[in-house]
Amino acid sequence: MRISLTEWTKSGSPWVWLNAGAVTICVIMVIGLLSLIAVRGLGHFWPADILQAKYSLNGNQSLVIGEIVESEQVPAEQLRDAGVIVPDGTKMMRRDLMKIGNRDVSGIDFTWVLDSNLSERSYPAMLFATERREWGNFYGYLRALKEGDTLIGQYAGYDKTPEYMALWNRFEASIERALSIRKDIYQIEKHEIGAINYELERLRLKQRSLELKNVVDPVAYTSIETRRNELNTEYEGLQQSLIDLYSEINRDSIVAEISNGQQIDIAVAKIVRAFRPNDMGIAAKLAHYADKIWEFVSDDPREANTEGGIFPAIFGTVMMVILMSVLVTPFGVVAAVYLREYAKQGFMTRLIRIAVNNLAGVPSIVYGVFGLGFFVYFLGGNIDQLFFPEALPSPTFGTGGLMWASITLALLTVPVVIVATEEGLSRIPRAVREGSLALGATKAETLWKVVLPMASPAMMTGVILAIARAAGEVAPLMLVGVVKLAPSLPLDANYPFLHLDQKFMHLGFHIYDVGFQSPNVEAARPLVYATALLLVVVIALLNISAVQIRNHLREKYKSLEM
Amino acid sequence: MSIENTSAPQIDFNTPAQLRMRKFRALKDKLASGGIAFGGISVIVAIVLIFFYLLYEVMPLFQSAHVEPWQKNDQAVENYAVPGTGKTLYLSMEEQAEIGVRVSDQGEVVFFNTLNGSVIKAEQINVPANVSITTLSTISDPLRQFAIGFSNGDALVIQHDYSSSYPDGNRVITPSLVYPLGKEPIHIGDKPLKLLGISHGEENWNLIGGDETGLTQVKISVEENIMTGEVDISSESEALPNFNIKAHKLLLLPDRRWLMIADKSKLAVVDLKAEDGAQTTQVIEATKGSITDFQMLLGGNAVLIADDLGKISQWFLVRDEATDWKLTKIREFTGGTHPIVNLSIEHRRKGFASLDTQGTLRLFNTTAQRNALTETIVDGMADRLSYAPRSNAMLVEKNGQLSLWAIHNEHPDVSWSALWDKVWYEGYEKPEYIWQSSAANNDFEPKYSLVPLAFGTLKAAFYAMLLGTPLAICGAIYTAYFMVPALRRKVKPFIELMEALPTVILGFLAGLWLAPFMEDKLAGIFVILLVVPIAIVTFGFLWAQVPDRIRFLIPEGWDALLLVPVVILATLFSLFVSDGIESLLFGGDMRLWMSNELDIPFDQRNALVVGIAMGFAVIPTIFSITEDAIFAVPKHLSYGSLALGATPWQTLTRVVLPTASPGIFSALMIGMGRAVGETMIVLMATGNTPIMDMNIFEGMRTLAANIAVEMPESEVGSTHYRILFLAAFVLFMFTFVVNTLAELVRQRLRKKYGSL
Repeated sequence: MRISLTEWTKSGSPWVWLNAGAVTICVIMVIGLLSLIAVRGLGHFWPADILQAKYSLNGNQSLVIGEIVESEQVPAEQLRDAGVIVPDGTKMMRRDLMKIGNRDVSGIDFTWVLDSNLSERSYPAMLFATERREWGNFYGYLRALKEGDTLIGQYAGYDKTPEYMALWNRFEASIERALSIRKDIYQIEKHEIGAINYELERLRLKQRSLELKNVVDPVAYTSIETRRNELNTEYEGLQQSLIDLYSEINRDSIVAEISNGQQIDIAVAKIVRAFRPNDMGIAAKLAHYADKIWEFVSDDPREANTEGGIFPAIFGTVMMVILMSVLVTPFGVVAAVYLREYAKQGFMTRLIRIAVNNLAGVPSIVYGVFGLGFFVYFLGGNIDQLFFPEALPSPTFGTGGLMWASITLALLTVPVVIVATEEGLSRIPRAVREGSLALGATKAETLWKVVLPMASPAMMTGVILAIARAAGEVAPLMLVGVVKLAPSLPLDANYPFLHLDQKFMHLGFHIYDVGFQSPNVEAARPLVYATALLLVVVIALLNISAVQIRNHLREKYKSLEM
Repeated sequence: MSIENTSAPQIDFNTPAQLRMRKFRALKDKLASGGIAFGGISVIVAIVLIFFYLLYEVMPLFQSAHVEPWQKNDQAVENYAVPGTGKTLYLSMEEQAEIGVRVSDQGEVVFFNTLNGSVIKAEQINVPANVSITTLSTISDPLRQFAIGFSNGDALVIQHDYSSSYPDGNRVITPSLVYPLGKEPIHIGDKPLKLLGISHGEENWNLIGGDETGLTQVKISVEENIMTGEVDISSESEALPNFNIKAHKLLLLPDRRWLMIADKSKLAVVDLKAEDGAQTTQVIEATKGSITDFQMLLGGNAVLIADDLGKISQWFLVRDEATDWKLTKIREFTGGTHPIVNLSIEHRRKGFASLDTQGTLRLFNTTAQRNALTETIVDGMADRLSYAPRSNAMLVEKNGQLSLWAIHNEHPDVSWSALWDKVWYEGYEKPEYIWQSSAANNDFEPKYSLVPLAFGTLKAAFYAMLLGTPLAICGAIYTAYFMVPALRRKVKPFIELMEALPTVILGFLAGLWLAPFMEDKLAGIFVILLVVPIAIVTFGFLWAQVPDRIRFLIPEGWDALLLVPVVILATLFSLFVSDGIESLLFGGDMRLWMSNELDIPFDQRNALVVGIAMGFAVIPTIFSITEDAIFAVPKHLSYGSLALGATPWQTLTRVVLPTASPGIFSALMIGMGRAVGETMIVLMATGNTPIMDMNIFEGMRTLAANIAVEMPESEVGSTHYRILFLAAFVLFMFTFVVNTLAELVRQRLRKKYGSL
């Protein structure tokens, strides 16, 4: 049916279409945002091909080697202003951001190149990339492998030959060896020496507390002293084996040639992994990809959090969320049960209900301020005075930590649990309760055996929503105990195993910190996208499971709901 | 059947075991009710605690000061006779307020115990024979320096110093005198020194001395040889011209350029570094009465003039339009109606104390323009008062008796006007709203105006609502009213899921991806605003022209799906033409063009970025509540309207929306509450500079972001710390009130629907 413009406008259809457009825009924005994070986060781990090309700028020729990270169009005018010679007539030019690595040599990781000025592009199979423990990535050609001062093998050409492959394989074996030694070193430094240091500190505190209590009995002191001497001897032994391991790990080194022909020595001990992306098949790339993702979720961060994994942040987030849910579930449920089942319904309960509801809308930073002032400084300060005087003036609980962070977030999320549970309780038909009471059950029994099981879907929903909110909350945590780099996990093998007073790392804060406080934002950005993706996935899963559990349990008790 | 015939089952319900069981169950029931009531109430109390705790931390800010005789072992310290002889010229205390120092006109310096006046150490200044002390001038209280002028025209600079040691674990403070310019007096002029003004930098000292007939300036440079440690002092002297004023007192400001000379009621401002030598730039009628005390405020930028009418005024040099420095009266304090005897300046804060002839002590703070205390502490006129360095104690001298007072004045620098009104800060040309909480030097004037932060908060919320509201409400209208249920069941949870998206992710994307992207495609962003709606409407019209048999393939209510490619294509098109438009209209770079042609400053992280990111964050909130409100409008209302021949759009605007409007209002309120309190997005996507400008291309600093930035560094219990609590309290109250309002509206709406 044809329709004239006036008629169509008069019917209000343009407005309907605009409203439809608003929904579409919302949905597209959401999907776009999620895909942006997903693409950038997942793309980071894929081994990109290394480009080698001749680059000319203002008549200067040079060889560039690196990965092209992104491209953009720039007005030629702007380039001319910057002193770049641009052919006449061009208005826009494409320029590429190249990750050239080798920060130790050139001082920069990334450089912009004009796309049209790149010539003789190639992807030589022999080019290799290494991830290092410091100075970021390295790109170049492998030239020689050395064991101490003795040359193990060398190669000068640019073609892939069996001779080269032999050298490469020995290089890989050498990396393998260095990595396994590093594992031993890590075991000693982190666990064994860490445990000794921890015990030494405890002994120091024990002695200090004896002094504070004016104990003069020398027996107590000698036992501490004996134990300390034992530990010191043990420490010295470990120190010696560490020295041996370090001289072992520093044995090998390689010589590599970089883009300007310079030969660089790299210690194998500094290398995390080496690979030749241009020579990798899809299967090899997939394996590499999987390996990288595993490293990301299971390893410690390196290089001021810009490389490596985020395991401590995942662990910290999970620990905090678990503690928080342990706190928030009983209290939230009890409060809801009290409000709905025990308290006298009236003006007061209505008022409380509105207040609780509104607390969910109070800015999270306010809870952070409260947590810092009340929990950390007030409660924590007093706990330190009472229970940990030996550690003063360095605070134990008088500073932000896992416990205070969990309690603060529990307070932040308790309204969510209360509201959800109350809603669940209000859905339960009176008849069910009355039936139970009529059969002679006490109120508590009715509650425990009938009401609560029926309200459990709502309770679960509340708890999961609380968890989702807590996992993504950053602002209050910045005040009550999150740090950019925690020296150790809050859960370890040292008594009392769970260290509630310890500061911890958190995924959300990690994003903020690495994205905004890191010295090398460009290099860190992909990792931040990956972290963001992980956080989004975790929270989306939690939310979806909240919905699923609710549906499942609702199904289970459906027969009761009439 | 009769009852007698039925035989009841012979069960005994009252066996001991059953009884025990019943008792146990009753006990359990009681315990449960008790436990649940206790738990429930304590959770609610914990929640209420937040409110009271914030209030508890904020309250001290607004408490007025109080003063009491110093307590020692719960006993008020008694007055004692002034130690030493002669008339007091100078009275001061050391850091702990344990030791006082008094300099008399006999040249005697006495260090005494402030509790009982017992002399700890007495020293005699080397006064030459036949020479008397004619004046004493305080150089700087915080540096503990003063200078003495002699009748032979010489001056001596003295500093009282204290060192602490801990023999046997107890603190012992040892006082001593130091002579920064040597023990030999410095010759200034031949006339007796009745007036003396001294100021110095690291190496250079300026001393101006003389009497009402003429002044002489002596410049001294002190050079310490780094190798040998020898001090080399060289001096030059010059007579200053006549300034045509009968000088009573002088003050040389620390910049050593400005000399203030006071006579009975006038004040002459002398520029010592003027081009043609020292000259008077201003002569001001400083008071209608006569000047009784004339002192510099901490930092030496401002001077205080007290008069016999009980008024104290604060003055500092302000640059006028012609860029000349003019001494300007900034504010006036009323210290009663009796003449002011003496002012004492605080050593760490921009505050002072005054004492009038009736013995009334008043404590003031200049920045906050606040009179924190008015209390009569002595009968009749006292001679002198002196603040302790920490402003926690004060010595008052009267008729040869000294008394020590404890002063509790923790937060004098906060008042309603300091927080919310324009304040004329030192060094500024006019009163302004400024938030600047900390600086490197000690004599910094903290600027605690919450206005720029509140403004930034509202600005961020405004732009977020500007973007989020239309999208969320229009989207909700369509979803609730036009969309087919099958699609609605998918779309609604999807958008609601976004409410759980951590804001740190939105902030990170806004700061690191959106901000540079928008800077690059600025023109494109504005084109999107234009092109996308046009494209949608055009597509709608074209769709209406499509033959029915194709059109009916897609039933009504699925339009939103059809629009997906349209919106994407229109957006891509806008971004694609962005560069072209910029080079065509704006010379290739819109942001340069704006700052050059329109004089609009552009920050990369600006309100537009925040608006989009935070708009994104509030969309799910507003969408969800609005959608519920519209969907809950009883269907028979719209059916009735449709049956009467109204179009769906007419039904929506005339029937459905008015009915649902309270719900939409409450959605907006709650969205607003969320935008106001959001921390991470603004923290990451703005420059966090506390500026007051509505410009969409500049950043802002919000209350929440300010707390996140400054809280970890603020000292517990300090004014700054409590003001941050106040900011949190303001946020708390704002969101709480807004949400309560929204909740009440919603409840009323629910009742209304119930009756329909």
